[in-house]
Amino acid sequence: MTGDILVIGVGNPDRADDGVGPLVVRQLPALPGVRALFRPADGCALIEDWADAGALILVDAASAASHPGRVHRIDLSCQPPPHTLRPSSTHALGVAEAIGLAQVIGCLPGRSVLYAIEGQCFGTGLPMTPEVAAAAPEVARRVAEEACSMRASA
Amino acid sequence: MKDSRTIRVDMLARVEGEGALDLEIRDGQVVSARLNIYEPPRFFEALLRGRACTEAPDITSRICGICPIAYQMSAVHAVEHALGLKVDGPLRALRRLAYCGEWLESHALHIVMLHAPDFLGYADAIQMARDHPDEVRAGLMLKKAGNEIMRVIGGREIHPVNVKVGGFYRVPSRAELAPLTGELMRARERAVQLLKWVSTFSFPDHERDYELVALRHPDEYPFNEGRIVASGGLDIAVSDYEDHFEERQSPHSTALRSVIKGRGAYLVGPLARYSLNFDRLPPPVQSLARAAGLGPTCRNPFRSILVRCVEAVYACDEALRLIEGYEPPPLPALAVIPGAGIGYGCTEAPRGICWHRYEIDDQGTLLAARIVPPTSQNQLSIEEDLRQIATRSLALPEDQLRAVCEHAIRNHDPCISCSAHFLRLTVHESADS
Repeated sequence: MTGDILVIGVGNPDRADDGVGPLVVRQLPALPGVRALFRPADGCALIEDWADAGALILVDAASAASHPGRVHRIDLSCQPPPHTLRPSSTHALGVAEAIGLAQVIGCLPGRSVLYAIEGQCFGTGLPMTPEVAAAAPEVARRVAEEACSMRASA
Repeated sequence: MKDSRTIRVDMLARVEGEGALDLEIRDGQVVSARLNIYEPPRFFEALLRGRACTEAPDITSRICGICPIAYQMSAVHAVEHALGLKVDGPLRALRRLAYCGEWLESHALHIVMLHAPDFLGYADAIQMARDHPDEVRAGLMLKKAGNEIMRVIGGREIHPVNVKVGGFYRVPSRAELAPLTGELMRARERAVQLLKWVSTFSFPDHERDYELVALRHPDEYPFNEGRIVASGGLDIAVSDYEDHFEERQSPHSTALRSVIKGRGAYLVGPLARYSLNFDRLPPPVQSLARAAGLGPTCRNPFRSILVRCVEAVYACDEALRLIEGYEPPPLPALAVIPGAGIGYGCTEAPRGICWHRYEIDDQGTLLAARIVPPTSQNQLSIEEDLRQIATRSLALPEDQLRAVCEHAIRNHDPCISCSAHFLRLTVHESADS
């Protein structure tokens, strides 16, 4: 594997639970060979960010909301690309669309994992849901563990 | 016997915002094509009232996530005009550089991800990417290069935070700009590649006798400065806009519609800018345009994708020129001394001229604001395009007619949120027996 392991916390800290991705990344320890970024959900920019990465870990809020704070780990290398995409805005692709597009054009790192944390509130200027905020330290620990595992097996 | 047909497009894909299109067809003729904007009215003009004039760039940048620089530039120019400030030298160059970045990222997104699929018969960019991965990668690379310029100059890509009245909060060093050079040179290659690719598309023969309106500058392809000119014979200062243009309310839309007084609808954006300023493009860019099949003017809205490619090449060249010649100024901004006045600013957003007027009191507080975005200025022309294009396409099956109408709208890269204002398509067809 060439290239760093890239961890990207996706989301907007000003929109309640949408900020959990950046929150997790802020709680990561410094790890050799691991680069950590915050990014808004601009799919085109995300694709360029991870284009040269050796491996990728994305952390983002999910809007399922049945269990705020519940964490889902998705191995993106096992997921087929979507047949089509319907972005909610045409000023930017979302994370799912970016992953799908990257899979199609062959620029998703071979080892790519998504940690999706169920959120409940995404209102502008509102605080993070307590259950979502409480999930962040454990996700940060799991992300750090996974990043170290990726390095060890490279 | 009445025969009615309804075609409904619940949400127009690949444009920004929400709206609806109603086509009324009578006896095989499209008698009405109306864009109904359903987004809540944007109250930015009211939000600005009572705020310090120095807050204008930060507030107005929130009008749009894809063209924040346009609103910031029009805002700072309007405030500076009211206060008698003139930004020049390296600070002017940095503003122009930031605009290069915005044009690049906006045009790249539209060309590849939004518009190209229409010409090649794909439902969206991901389906197109299966067959054209290199071109999609080129578009993404261009967008990244544009975003990087905006990050370095503006502090971040979305809603930049470094722009202020009088200049910037912080200016970059030459060393901070240097890494952009390599990226922009590669971006330029990709932009030329995209132009050649797009030039192979099949373009419907649809020339329109638009009244074209754009900025025109004595020396430059326009970004921040110039006079407002029109192909029908107008050449006015930015401050005289209201004497010649007016906005009218429409009962079926929250967006206002603009006309030239006594003349009617007009068109702003790449076609207008290109056609009114071709001689301001550097000769190598002119040659590329001609090689792609463009003349010195373009009035076919389907060929707007070619013009955006040409402007993307120009933005790379201009950015490289500005970086090469940049010397950091001694101060990041001119001093701002509040004072009463009325100021006007008009700059070329990716989609066309964006005009601001502010009234300021002697404490520097905004008393009144007026903002005219480009997409609202184009609505009447877009509706007439739809009427004409739909008329030619009535024999098509419903799904193809819908696709043709959506394509006709995407020709203009509308930003509905900026205009307050995508897309449900309803066709009402009747025939008198």
